[in-house]
Amino acid sequence: MDAYSFLLQGLVTASDPMMLFYALIGVTLGTAVGVLPGIGPALTVALLLPVTYRLDPAGSLIMFAGIYYGGMYGGSTTSILLNTPGESASIITALEGNKMARKGRGGPALATAAIGSFIAGLIATLLLAFLAPWIVKIALVFGPREYFALMVLAFVTVSAAFGDSALRGLTSLFLGLALACIGIDQLTGQARLSFGVPDLLDGIEVTTMAVAMFAVGEALYIAGQGMQHDDQVTAVKGSVWMNRLDWMRSWKPWLRGTAIGFPIGAMPAGGAEIGTFLSYAAEKKLTRHPEEFGEGAIEGVAGPEAANNASAAGTLVPLLTLGLPTSATAAIMLAGFQQFGLQPGPLLFATNPTLVWGLIASLLIANAMLLVLNLPLIGLWVKLLTIPRHWLYAGILLFATLGTIGANPSSFELGMLLAFGVLGYVMRLFGYPIAPIVVGLILGPMAEQQLRRALSISQGDWTTLVQSPIAAVLLGLAALAFIVPLIMRARGKGEMLSQMAGDED
Amino acid sequence: MRPATQNRKRSRDTAALFIAAGLVVLGLVIIWDSARLADLGGYSGLGPASMPRVVGFCLILLALWTATAALRGEFPERPPQQAAPVLWIVAGLAAQMLLLHAAGFSIATGILFAFTARGFGKRNLAMTIPIGIVLSFAVWCVFSQLLMLHLPAGPVEQLIFPRG
Repeated sequence: MDAYSFLLQGLVTASDPMMLFYALIGVTLGTAVGVLPGIGPALTVALLLPVTYRLDPAGSLIMFAGIYYGGMYGGSTTSILLNTPGESASIITALEGNKMARKGRGGPALATAAIGSFIAGLIATLLLAFLAPWIVKIALVFGPREYFALMVLAFVTVSAAFGDSALRGLTSLFLGLALACIGIDQLTGQARLSFGVPDLLDGIEVTTMAVAMFAVGEALYIAGQGMQHDDQVTAVKGSVWMNRLDWMRSWKPWLRGTAIGFPIGAMPAGGAEIGTFLSYAAEKKLTRHPEEFGEGAIEGVAGPEAANNASAAGTLVPLLTLGLPTSATAAIMLAGFQQFGLQPGPLLFATNPTLVWGLIASLLIANAMLLVLNLPLIGLWVKLLTIPRHWLYAGILLFATLGTIGANPSSFELGMLLAFGVLGYVMRLFGYPIAPIVVGLILGPMAEQQLRRALSISQGDWTTLVQSPIAAVLLGLAALAFIVPLIMRARGKGEMLSQMAGDED
Repeated sequence: MRPATQNRKRSRDTAALFIAAGLVVLGLVIIWDSARLADLGGYSGLGPASMPRVVGFCLILLALWTATAALRGEFPERPPQQAAPVLWIVAGLAAQMLLLHAAGFSIATGILFAFTARGFGKRNLAMTIPIGIVLSFAVWCVFSQLLMLHLPAGPVEQLIFPRG
C-alpha cells in the first residue's frame, strides 16, 4: 500500500467520534496553555502529559498531537498581543505582529498567523505523510552504527552548532548524558550511579526532568527578576478578517515559510526558531514594502508563523520514522510514546500502522480544528492573557507537581523535581541552553546501546563505525556541525549563531 | 535575546569558577562509581563502565574549559536576581514534598500555590492558602476521580470522599 491509502485509512481511524473528541480536547487544552505567557510548546506538552496517562494509546497520542499543534497556535497569539514571546520560535512574530497590534491591526495579524499556520501545517503534515514511508524504507537498512552516527549528529546540532557558546551547549549535553547513566545498565543489569538508593534504579524520569527544567526553573528565574515590568495586553480592535490586500501580501510568505520551515524541522538540526529567522530574512529581502518592516509588516508575521508550524511538523519526521527527537518538545513527545511502551521508529510503522497513520491523520484534523477554534474564539484567549502573574505561576507549579505526583506519588520524585528545578534556574542564570540536557538524557541510553551493539557485531573493531557510507557521512556532518561554528565564533561571527539560539525548544 | 555583549567586563567570574569546580566533582564521582562495576565488555570491548568513564572524563575537560572562560570573564552578564522570591518558591516546593503524604495532596499543594504567589508578590497568605487548598482540591477531584490518577489523599480528601 502506498502513503495515500495509508493516510486514508488513518483518516478513518481518526474520524471515529471518540478520537475526534480527544483531538478536540487536545487542541483546546493546547491552545489554552500555549497562550499563557511564558509557556512554550515544550512546557505545554510536558504539563499536559498527565492528562493522557490513563487513556488508551491511540486516544492519548491523538490528544497529544492536538496539544502539540495547539501549543504552537497559542504561542503566536501571545506574541502578537503581548510583546513577550513565551517561546523562542515566536520572537520574530512578536517583532512585526506586536507592532501591527499596536496600530490597531491586531485582527489581521492574528488572522494571517492562524491561516498561515493552517496552510503550513496542512502542507507540512502531508509532506510528512508522503516522506515517512520513504524514510522508513531507508531506515530499515540502518544498523546500530548508522543509528549511533545519527544520534551523534543530533547531539552536536542540538548542543554545539547553534547558540552563543559551544562550551555551555556541550556542558548542558554532558550533564544530560551523566544523568542518563543513572540506573540499571540495559545490557548487563548492573546498577550505575544509584548509590544504593532504590528510587534511582529506574533512572531519571524524562518528564520529571523536563517539567522541572522548564516550569520550575523558569518560575524561579522570573520570580528572581522581581516586579520590574508589567506587560500590557494590546486589545484587538476592529475586524479580525483580512482585507484583499492582506491576502495578496500573505499568500506567498505562507508558502515560502512552509518551504523554509519544513526541511529545517525535518533535519536533525534542532528547534523551530531557525526557520522563522530565515523566513523573516527572506521576506524582508523580497518585500515590496521594505519601509514597513519593523513597523508592522504583515509579511513578517505570515512567513515566520508558517515556517514555525512547518518545522513543528518537520520535527515529527525524524521522531516518527527514526525515533530521534531533535528538540526538547520532541523529546517530551517521545516520553509520551514510551509511557505506553511504544518506541517510534521504522518498526512502529510495520507493527502498528493504524496507530501511526491515525496519529498523522489526526494532525490534519487538529490543524483544521485549530483554524475554526482560533479566530472566532480569540476574545476568550485574550482573556487568558490577562491572568495576573502570581496566579499564573502558582497554577503552573500546581500542574507541574501534579504531573510528577500523578506519574509517581513519592516524595523522592518531588525532591528530584525541586533539585532539577534549582539546576534549571542556575543554568538559565548562567546562559546554559536547556534543550541539550533533555535531549542528552533521553538519547544517551539509546546512543550507548547502539554503540555497544555496533562494536559487538564488529568484535570490538572501532573502524566499523566509518565503514558504512551512511554512518561515515553522518559522522562527517556531525564533525562539520561542531567545527564550522567554532571557527565562525572565533572569527567574530558568533552573533549570527546566537541569534539562532533557542532557549525553549 | 540577551543584551549586547559589547560592554562585557573582562574580569574574573567567581561564580562560574564554582560551576567548574562542581563539574570536576561530578566527573570524579562518576568515574569513582564506574570503578566498582564489573566491566563485562564481552565482544564489544565496551562494558557498563565505559560510557560513564567517557562522560566523567568529558565533564572534567569541560570544567577546565569553563574555568578558562571564567578567568577570562567570557560568561554573559547575568540579570540581577532577588533571593527572597526564589527562596519562597523553593520553600513552597519543599513544604509540598514534606507534607504530601502526611497532609494529602490538597493541603500540601495549596501551600505550594500560596508560597509561589507570595514569591510573585501576592503577600496575603491568609487569603492565598485557602484559595490554593480549594483549587488543589478541585484539581484532585478531577484527576483522581475522573482521570484515575493516584494522588495521595489526606484529611480534606477523606472528609468528602470517605473511601478515597
